[in-house]
Amino acid sequence: MTLKDILTLLEAELLTAPSDLDKEVPCAFASDLISDILMCTKEPTLLLTGLTNPQVIRLSDMIDLLGIVFVRGKVPPQELIEMAEERNLMLLSTKLTMYRSSGILYNKGLRSCKI
Amino acid sequence: MAEYWNVNPDYEISAKSFLADKPEADVSLEFEIAVKDFVNAGKGSAEVKNTLKRLGVDPAILRRIAVASYEAEINVTAHSEGGKMYSYIYDDSVYIRFEDKGPGISNIEQAMVPGWSTADDLVREMGFGAGLGLPNIQKNSDLLHITSEYGSTTTLEIIIYYS
Repeated sequence: MTLKDILTLLEAELLTAPSDLDKEVPCAFASDLISDILMCTKEPTLLLTGLTNPQVIRLSDMIDLLGIVFVRGKVPPQELIEMAEERNLMLLSTKLTMYRSSGILYNKGLRSCKI
Repeated sequence: MAEYWNVNPDYEISAKSFLADKPEADVSLEFEIAVKDFVNAGKGSAEVKNTLKRLGVDPAILRRIAVASYEAEINVTAHSEGGKMYSYIYDDSVYIRFEDKGPGISNIEQAMVPGWSTADDLVREMGFGAGLGLPNIQKNSDLLHITSEYGSTTTLEIIIYYS
Protein backbone atom coordinates (compact mmCIF):
# COMPACT_ATOMS: atom_id res chain seq x y z
CA MET A 1 0.00 0.00 0.00
CA THR A 2 1.29 3.47 -0.89
CA LEU A 3 0.66 6.85 0.73
CA LYS A 4 -1.45 7.71 -2.31
CA ASP A 5 -3.69 4.68 -1.61
CA ILE A 6 -3.98 5.75 2.03
CA LEU A 7 -5.03 9.28 1.00
CA THR A 8 -7.84 7.81 -1.11
CA LEU A 9 -8.97 5.14 1.37
CA LEU A 10 -9.21 7.59 4.28
CA GLU A 11 -10.61 10.44 2.12
CA ALA A 12 -7.70 12.36 3.58
CA GLU A 13 -6.14 15.70 2.81
CA LEU A 14 -2.39 16.07 2.30
CA LEU A 15 -1.11 18.86 4.56
CA THR A 16 2.53 18.93 3.46
CA ALA A 17 3.99 19.50 0.01
CA PRO A 18 3.69 16.25 -1.94
CA SER A 19 7.01 14.48 -2.30
CA ASP A 20 7.02 10.71 -2.64
CA LEU A 21 3.37 9.63 -2.62
CA ASP A 22 4.30 6.31 -4.23
CA LYS A 23 6.34 5.40 -1.16
CA GLU A 24 5.44 1.89 -0.02
CA VAL A 25 3.99 1.69 3.51
CA PRO A 26 4.36 -1.84 4.96
CA CYS A 27 2.74 -1.32 8.37
CA ALA A 28 1.02 1.09 10.74
CA PHE A 29 0.52 1.96 14.40
CA ALA A 30 -2.27 4.02 16.02
CA SER A 31 -2.13 5.77 19.39
CA ASP A 32 -2.52 9.06 21.24
CA LEU A 33 0.15 8.17 23.78
CA ILE A 34 3.75 9.03 22.95
CA SER A 35 5.31 6.25 25.02
CA ASP A 36 3.09 3.73 23.20
CA ILE A 37 4.23 5.07 19.83
CA LEU A 38 7.85 4.76 20.98
CA MET A 39 7.40 0.99 21.15
CA CYS A 40 7.78 0.99 17.34
CA THR A 41 11.54 0.54 17.26
CA LYS A 42 11.65 -2.53 15.02
CA GLU A 43 10.73 -1.10 11.61
CA PRO A 44 9.64 2.08 9.78
CA THR A 45 5.90 2.66 10.23
CA LEU A 46 2.91 4.88 9.40
CA LEU A 47 1.43 6.61 12.46
CA LEU A 48 -2.25 7.39 13.06
CA THR A 49 -2.80 9.82 15.92
CA GLY A 50 -4.94 12.63 17.30
CA LEU A 51 -1.95 14.41 18.87
CA THR A 52 -1.01 17.65 17.13
CA ASN A 53 1.77 19.09 19.32
CA PRO A 54 5.39 19.49 18.11
CA GLN A 55 6.53 16.39 20.03
CA VAL A 56 4.68 14.24 17.47
CA ILE A 57 7.08 15.46 14.78
CA ARG A 58 10.02 15.15 17.20
CA LEU A 59 9.07 11.46 17.45
CA SER A 60 10.12 11.03 13.85
CA ASP A 61 13.66 12.03 14.88
CA MET A 62 13.70 9.00 17.20
CA ILE A 63 11.80 6.26 15.38
CA ASP A 64 11.29 6.01 11.60
CA LEU A 65 7.87 7.32 10.62
CA LEU A 66 6.81 6.98 6.97
CA GLY A 67 4.03 9.52 7.44
CA ILE A 68 1.51 10.73 10.02
CA VAL A 69 -2.28 10.60 9.63
CA PHE A 70 -4.12 13.01 11.93
CA VAL A 71 -7.51 11.46 12.70
CA ARG A 72 -10.87 12.92 13.84
CA GLY A 73 -10.39 15.97 11.58
CA LYS A 74 -7.43 17.30 13.53
CA VAL A 75 -5.26 19.82 11.73
CA PRO A 76 -1.90 20.69 13.31
CA PRO A 77 -0.59 24.27 13.54
CA GLN A 78 1.46 25.66 10.63
CA GLU A 79 4.77 25.46 12.56
CA LEU A 80 4.26 21.73 12.90
CA ILE A 81 3.67 21.36 9.14
CA GLU A 82 6.92 23.27 8.53
CA MET A 83 8.78 21.00 10.98
CA ALA A 84 7.48 17.99 9.03
CA GLU A 85 8.50 19.46 5.66
CA GLU A 86 12.04 20.08 6.97
CA ARG A 87 12.15 16.34 7.70
CA ASN A 88 10.55 15.29 4.42
CA LEU A 89 7.74 13.72 6.46
CA MET A 90 4.26 13.66 4.93
CA LEU A 91 1.25 14.68 7.02
CA LEU A 92 -2.31 13.64 6.20
CA SER A 93 -5.57 14.65 7.85
CA THR A 94 -8.78 12.62 7.81
CA LYS A 95 -12.20 13.30 9.30
CA LEU A 96 -12.57 9.61 10.13
CA THR A 97 -11.98 8.37 13.68
CA MET A 98 -8.87 6.45 14.68
CA TYR A 99 -10.86 3.20 14.97
CA ARG A 100 -12.52 3.59 11.57
CA SER A 101 -9.27 4.64 9.84
CA SER A 102 -7.37 1.72 11.35
CA GLY A 103 -10.16 -0.70 10.37
CA ILE A 104 -10.22 0.47 6.75
CA LEU A 105 -6.44 0.23 6.34
CA TYR A 106 -6.25 -3.14 8.13
CA ASN A 107 -9.02 -4.56 5.93
CA LYS A 108 -7.08 -3.51 2.85
CA GLY A 109 -4.06 -5.46 4.06
CA LEU A 110 -1.99 -2.89 5.96
CA ARG A 111 -0.58 -4.88 8.89
CA SER A 112 0.34 -3.74 12.40
CA CYS A 113 3.96 -2.73 12.88
CA LYS A 114 6.13 -5.08 14.94
CA ILE A 115 6.68 -3.95 18.52
CA MET B 1 19.64 7.62 48.66
CA ALA B 2 17.71 5.02 46.63
CA GLU B 3 19.25 3.13 43.77
CA TYR B 4 17.98 1.00 40.88
CA TRP B 5 20.02 -1.23 38.56
CA ASN B 6 19.10 -3.20 35.47
CA VAL B 7 21.81 -4.81 33.34
CA ASN B 8 21.55 -7.03 30.28
CA PRO B 9 23.46 -10.16 31.47
CA ASP B 10 25.33 -10.34 28.12
CA TYR B 11 26.97 -7.00 28.87
CA GLU B 12 27.19 -7.10 32.64
CA ILE B 13 30.99 -7.39 32.86
CA SER B 14 31.77 -4.78 30.22
CA ALA B 15 29.14 -2.33 31.49
CA LYS B 16 30.27 -2.55 35.13
CA SER B 17 33.95 -2.18 34.20
CA PHE B 18 33.01 0.77 32.00
CA LEU B 19 31.31 2.53 34.91
CA ALA B 20 34.31 1.82 37.17
CA ASP B 21 36.82 3.22 34.62
CA LYS B 22 34.76 5.85 32.71
CA PRO B 23 37.24 6.00 29.82
CA GLU B 24 37.53 9.15 27.74
CA ALA B 25 34.95 9.31 24.95
CA ASP B 26 35.59 9.79 21.22
CA VAL B 27 32.79 12.38 21.10
CA SER B 28 30.93 14.02 23.96
CA LEU B 29 27.80 16.18 23.80
CA GLU B 30 26.10 18.26 26.47
CA PHE B 31 22.53 19.61 26.54
CA GLU B 32 20.62 21.79 28.95
CA ILE B 33 17.07 20.56 29.69
CA ALA B 34 14.63 23.28 30.80
CA VAL B 35 11.55 22.76 32.98
CA LYS B 36 8.42 21.90 30.91
CA ASP B 37 10.10 23.02 27.67
CA PHE B 38 8.20 20.78 25.28
CA VAL B 39 9.29 22.79 22.25
CA ASN B 40 12.96 21.86 22.62
CA ALA B 41 12.60 18.56 24.48
CA GLY B 42 14.06 15.77 22.39
CA LYS B 43 16.61 17.88 20.52
CA GLY B 44 19.46 16.44 22.57
CA SER B 45 18.42 12.87 21.80
CA ALA B 46 17.93 13.68 18.11
CA GLU B 47 21.47 15.13 17.99
CA VAL B 48 22.92 12.00 19.60
CA LYS B 49 21.03 9.83 17.12
CA ASN B 50 22.24 11.89 14.14
CA THR B 51 25.85 11.73 15.34
CA LEU B 52 25.62 7.94 15.70
CA LYS B 53 23.93 7.65 12.32
CA ARG B 54 26.92 9.37 10.69
CA LEU B 55 29.16 6.80 12.39
CA GLY B 56 27.18 4.05 10.66
CA VAL B 57 25.37 2.50 13.66
CA ASP B 58 22.61 0.03 12.62
CA PRO B 59 19.15 1.73 12.25
CA ALA B 60 17.39 -0.66 14.68
CA ILE B 61 20.04 0.07 17.36
CA LEU B 62 19.78 3.79 16.59
CA ARG B 63 16.03 3.67 17.30
CA ARG B 64 16.65 1.89 20.65
CA ILE B 65 19.21 4.51 21.66
CA ALA B 66 16.98 7.39 20.56
CA VAL B 67 13.89 6.04 22.37
CA ALA B 68 15.74 5.35 25.64
CA SER B 69 17.41 8.77 25.53
CA TYR B 70 14.24 10.63 24.49
CA GLU B 71 12.14 9.05 27.27
CA ALA B 72 14.77 10.13 29.80
CA GLU B 73 14.95 13.63 28.30
CA ILE B 74 11.15 13.88 28.53
CA ASN B 75 11.23 12.67 32.15
CA VAL B 76 13.61 15.49 33.09
CA THR B 77 11.47 18.00 31.13
CA ALA B 78 8.15 16.82 32.59
CA HIS B 79 9.03 15.93 36.17
CA SER B 80 12.14 17.81 37.29
CA GLU B 81 13.25 21.33 38.06
CA GLY B 82 15.55 21.18 35.04
CA GLY B 83 18.77 19.37 34.38
CA LYS B 84 21.49 18.33 31.98
CA MET B 85 22.11 15.53 29.55
CA TYR B 86 25.68 14.32 28.95
CA SER B 87 26.33 11.92 26.07
CA TYR B 88 29.58 10.05 25.51
CA ILE B 89 30.09 8.20 22.26
CA TYR B 90 32.51 5.27 21.94
CA ASP B 91 33.32 2.93 19.06
CA ASP B 92 31.20 0.11 20.51
CA SER B 93 28.67 1.84 22.76
CA VAL B 94 27.04 5.04 23.95
CA TYR B 95 26.83 6.19 27.57
CA ILE B 96 24.27 8.89 28.44
CA ARG B 97 23.82 10.47 31.86
CA PHE B 98 20.94 12.71 32.94
CA GLU B 99 21.36 14.83 36.03
CA ASP B 100 18.51 16.92 37.35
CA LYS B 101 18.03 19.48 40.11
CA GLY B 102 15.24 17.63 41.87
CA PRO B 103 12.78 16.92 43.37
CA GLY B 104 13.80 13.24 43.37
CA ILE B 105 11.76 10.07 42.93
CA SER B 106 9.85 9.01 46.06
CA ASN B 107 9.75 5.31 45.16
CA ILE B 108 11.85 4.05 42.23
CA GLU B 109 10.42 0.50 42.27
CA GLN B 110 6.93 2.01 41.97
CA ALA B 111 8.07 4.33 39.17
CA MET B 112 9.29 1.28 37.21
CA VAL B 113 5.79 -0.28 37.16
CA PRO B 114 4.28 0.13 33.66
CA GLY B 115 1.26 2.45 33.79
CA TRP B 116 2.22 4.23 37.00
CA SER B 117 2.68 7.97 36.49
CA THR B 118 2.75 11.22 38.44
CA ALA B 119 2.41 13.38 35.31
CA ASP B 120 0.27 16.51 35.61
CA ASP B 121 -2.53 17.55 33.21
CA LEU B 122 -0.28 19.66 30.97
CA VAL B 123 2.08 16.73 30.46
CA ARG B 124 -0.82 14.33 29.80
CA GLU B 125 -2.40 16.66 27.24
CA MET B 126 0.85 16.46 25.27
CA GLY B 127 0.44 12.68 25.03
CA PHE B 128 2.89 11.84 27.80
CA GLY B 129 2.21 10.38 31.22
CA ALA B 130 1.36 6.86 30.08
CA GLY B 131 3.61 5.55 32.84
CA LEU B 132 5.85 3.83 30.31
CA GLY B 133 8.87 6.14 30.34
CA LEU B 134 11.16 4.22 32.67
CA PRO B 135 9.99 0.77 31.40
CA ASN B 136 10.72 1.94 27.82
CA ILE B 137 14.20 3.10 28.88
CA GLN B 138 14.85 -0.26 30.53
CA LYS B 139 13.59 -2.20 27.51
CA ASN B 140 15.85 -0.31 25.10
CA SER B 141 19.07 -0.10 27.13
CA ASP B 142 21.76 -2.62 28.09
CA LEU B 143 22.36 -0.88 31.39
CA LEU B 144 20.05 1.38 33.38
CA HIS B 145 21.19 2.87 36.66
CA ILE B 146 19.11 5.34 38.66
CA THR B 147 20.12 7.04 41.88
CA SER B 148 17.67 9.36 43.54
CA GLU B 149 16.93 10.94 46.84
CA TYR B 150 13.43 12.24 47.50
CA GLY B 151 13.63 15.97 48.09
CA SER B 152 16.96 16.10 46.28
CA THR B 153 18.37 15.15 42.85
CA THR B 154 18.10 12.23 40.42
CA THR B 155 20.81 10.80 38.16
CA LEU B 156 19.89 8.34 35.42
CA GLU B 157 22.58 6.56 33.41
CA ILE B 158 22.18 4.33 30.38
CA ILE B 159 24.60 2.33 28.26
CA ILE B 160 23.68 0.82 24.91
CA TYR B 161 26.00 -1.36 22.82
CA TYR B 162 25.89 -1.25 19.03
CA SER B 163 25.91 -5.02 18.53
